[in-house]
Amino acid sequence: MNRDWQATGAVIDALRVERVAKRFGAFTALDGVSLSVKKGEFLCLLGPSGCGKTTLLRIIAGLEAASDGALFMAAGDAERDVTRLPASQRDYGIVFQSYALFPNLNVAQNIAYGLKGRREDKDLRVTALLAQIGLPGIEHKYPSQLSGGQQQRVALARALATSPSLLLLDEPLSALDARVREHLRREIKSLQQKLGVTTVMVTHDQEEALTMADRIVVMNHGVIEQIGTPEEIYTRPANRFVAEFVGQSNWLAATSAGIGQVLLGDALLGATVTPPRPDGHPLELFIRPEDVQLHASWSPVEAQIVNTALAHVRKIELLGGFYRIALSVPGWGGQQLLADVVRSEFERLNLSLERMVPVSLPANRLRAFGPSTGAAA
Amino acid sequence: MIALRAGGRIAADRSQQVAAGLLWLLAAALVLGLALPLAAILGKALTGDDGRFAGLAQFAAIVGEARFWDAVSNSLAVSLTTTMIVLPLAYVFAAALTRTCMPAKPLFRALALTPLLAPSLLPGIALVYLFGNQGLLKAWFPDGSIYGFWGIVIAEVFFTFPHALMILVTALSVADARLYEAATALGAGRIRRFVTVTLPAARYGLISSALVVFTLVIVDFGAPKVIGGQYNVLAVEVYKQVIGQQNFPKGAVIGMLLLLPAVLAFVIDHLLQRRQRALLTARAQPLVVRPQAWVDVLSTVACAAIGGALLVIIATAVAAAFIRLWPYNLSLTLAHFDFDNMDGGGWAAFYNSMKMALATSVIGTLMVFGGAYLAEKTRAAPVARQLLKLLAIIPMAVPGLVLGLGYILFFNNPANPLHFLYGSMTALVLCSVMHFYTTANLTATTALKQLDAEFEAVAASLKVPFWTTLWRVTLPVCLPAMLDIARFYFVSAMCTVSAVIFIYTPDTVLASVAVLNMDDAGDTAAAAAMATLIVAASALICLVFSVASWWLSRRTQAWRIR
Ligand SMILES: Nc1ncnc2c1ncn2[C@@H]1O[C@H](COP(=O)(O)OP(=O)(O)OP(=O)(O)O)[C@@H](O)[C@H]1O
Ligand SMILES: [Mg+2]
Repeated sequence: MNRDWQATGAVIDALRVERVAKRFGAFTALDGVSLSVKKGEFLCLLGPSGCGKTTLLRIIAGLEAASDGALFMAAGDAERDVTRLPASQRDYGIVFQSYALFPNLNVAQNIAYGLKGRREDKDLRVTALLAQIGLPGIEHKYPSQLSGGQQQRVALARALATSPSLLLLDEPLSALDARVREHLRREIKSLQQKLGVTTVMVTHDQEEALTMADRIVVMNHGVIEQIGTPEEIYTRPANRFVAEFVGQSNWLAATSAGIGQVLLGDALLGATVTPPRPDGHPLELFIRPEDVQLHASWSPVEAQIVNTALAHVRKIELLGGFYRIALSVPGWGGQQLLADVVRSEFERLNLSLERMVPVSLPANRLRAFGPSTGAAA
Repeated sequence: MIALRAGGRIAADRSQQVAAGLLWLLAAALVLGLALPLAAILGKALTGDDGRFAGLAQFAAIVGEARFWDAVSNSLAVSLTTTMIVLPLAYVFAAALTRTCMPAKPLFRALALTPLLAPSLLPGIALVYLFGNQGLLKAWFPDGSIYGFWGIVIAEVFFTFPHALMILVTALSVADARLYEAATALGAGRIRRFVTVTLPAARYGLISSALVVFTLVIVDFGAPKVIGGQYNVLAVEVYKQVIGQQNFPKGAVIGMLLLLPAVLAFVIDHLLQRRQRALLTARAQPLVVRPQAWVDVLSTVACAAIGGALLVIIATAVAAAFIRLWPYNLSLTLAHFDFDNMDGGGWAAFYNSMKMALATSVIGTLMVFGGAYLAEKTRAAPVARQLLKLLAIIPMAVPGLVLGLGYILFFNNPANPLHFLYGSMTALVLCSVMHFYTTANLTATTALKQLDAEFEAVAASLKVPFWTTLWRVTLPVCLPAMLDIARFYFVSAMCTVSAVIFIYTPDTVLASVAVLNMDDAGDTAAAAAMATLIVAASALICLVFSVASWWLSRRTQAWRIR
């Protein structure tokens, strides 16, 4: 991964967003959003439809004015306030969901649209860019003659042609079918790494964000819920919204019972409870299905593992590369618990609906949030 | 850190400043050419002879006259009768064009649209030759009874038929095949299907075309002027008050009243169109028409009859132009084209018309397209943009006669610094551009809306000013629509009488006005000759435009081919 910026130390951020708000009449689309993008970083804005991702991106681009707050972009070694700068005076390239390729210009003319200078130089640049996006020789085709994936890459080349310091992508892959999308994820990511261009991408597809981003900004209803690396977002979601939006999750109703302990049914379990709660406080336990561990046998060794109990197997479902097992643990109040088990493991476990199976919830993966839809805080 | 206050704005770059300047310029042109003249009429209608504010006193005075109510009931009778005749005819024709496998559809369509090339005076003249005192078929309307109610109605049917047809063709082309399949599957017969599926879908088209026809007739004064005889209608009444009696306040008051039906029709249509949108879902399946012998034959017969009648009217006017003395001496002659030796304006009128139509076409297209582009695609000068959008829909509701009256009242006011424009070619062109603004603007806006809304954003990110994108992308892509607008403007300006009748001077007399004047002077053959010239010029321009768009589309629209 491209992490050069970490080594250099105290370099300034490529882009800093300070308490930006956007109101459309009485409706608040963005409510005090702050974030920063480091040089060379790939940042994803992730969130459900209507949460304000596009609005934020358009404000960064200068296509929309912020109602409040400020924007700063790196200019050499200094930072400059670009809040009120028109789009044409900021330095970025942009790719829209629709690609917005000019239909009456051929590929070469589209890519060279923002280039200035001599004809030969432009031609050279176009050829080089087409080679980079893996589509050499299509200079003279019109957009309507290209497939969706090809159009997408041409739009990317057009945005990169002027070597902008910031690349903005608004759901660049959402108009493509699944296979092309997966292929292009890798292509875009590797091109971004090769060029080291700072990138902000909007998406509502969590898989896309997890595979492409260096850091993810999870948004909801115009506010930021969490900023972190894909690893952090996935394994240590800051609240129930993030945990549910990214990946699969189990939710078990419990109550707090001392530091690092929760009461689930009749059993005391170890869990990560941040911040600590008074005893008896209702909690919701969160664990990912793949973090739930099943054991082949119930011996004293297993019985010693923390947070372990015997579970009924309710349902076994094959989901491609893994099995999803629905369990219920009588000792833990009988709530349904899902566990994902890879095939090899599944064969070793020798599960069946008639037999009970020992299950453990690793304490460092079992996280407790406050009740209701609110955040853990 | 600077925390900006709410409602922060982004500074305008140079291209945005240019856009804002142009937007204000265009908005100012519309205010000048449309809003102020209309305000002048209102002012006049509310001002007494003594120049003092008279409130509604003059309205009350006119409403008290029996003569006024005669004109009102006559206007309503003519408009309603025409609407009731045109609608079924146009519906049958439109259904034949869209829902049957009738042969020679392009030919029928072209035939049905030819009335668009002629001023509304032409059918009046043709009727004089067919059924008038010396008419070939005067027995059909004995004792000159063609001069009056039926003459006006027949002329207006001819004049409004293509307008109704275009709307109905559009309405009937968007049938959803799934509804018909469902109805058939449920056992609905032919008539049930017509009543439950076809009519509801075409309902808005029918209402819309009824409103258009009604409005066109009630504000038209060409046909009643020529063939109306003693049958007085509102539009002619305005003309008589202003031209005959120089009674501007009275003309203004009747003009204001004439505005009512037009505004009403416009508002109803606007509300309906908003509701219709839901009718067209993206998933509708196009209807595939299958040949059905008896339907196709019947349709062909009906269309041939209707088209034939339209053709007879045009052909009569054209023939009259070349015949020495109808009906006594049927030898051919060009004598009626010797305009320079007759009253009415001479050949200069025709050249003036050509000049005016060309200028209107060029200026109107530039203005409409520029305005639509700036309003749709830029974000500069929000106030001017809103103003422009608002003013652009007004001309649809303003009869030409009323607009023309506004022009005299506004520009002929010595206190107006723009007084020098009065009667000039510039004023005529401005008036025509305004008169047909809404339709042209609708075409431009529709074309522009089909372009990706993000082109301008992409261009801004690439630091390319909007005019480059306009020149390299928007204009080439919208070229077919622009040619449509230019052609529409040319033909409309060539044929219009009502918008210009009050504001021409002897130096700027126009062909359509000459037709009226020559007919007034009793020189009907010369009037027919001039009307024929107008049709010929319009047809020629349409031909030129067709060739031009064919040629240009080969050169510039290659990208459309996949
Ligand atoms: N010009 C506007 N006027 C009024 N409301 C707007 C406008 N633009 C966006 N909104 C509202 O702001 C909210 C955020 O819109 P935005 O387009 O940023 O959402 P998004 O996160 O990009 O969603 P999606 O995934 O559907 O693209 C939405 O509720 C939208 O309706
Ligand atoms: Mg969006």
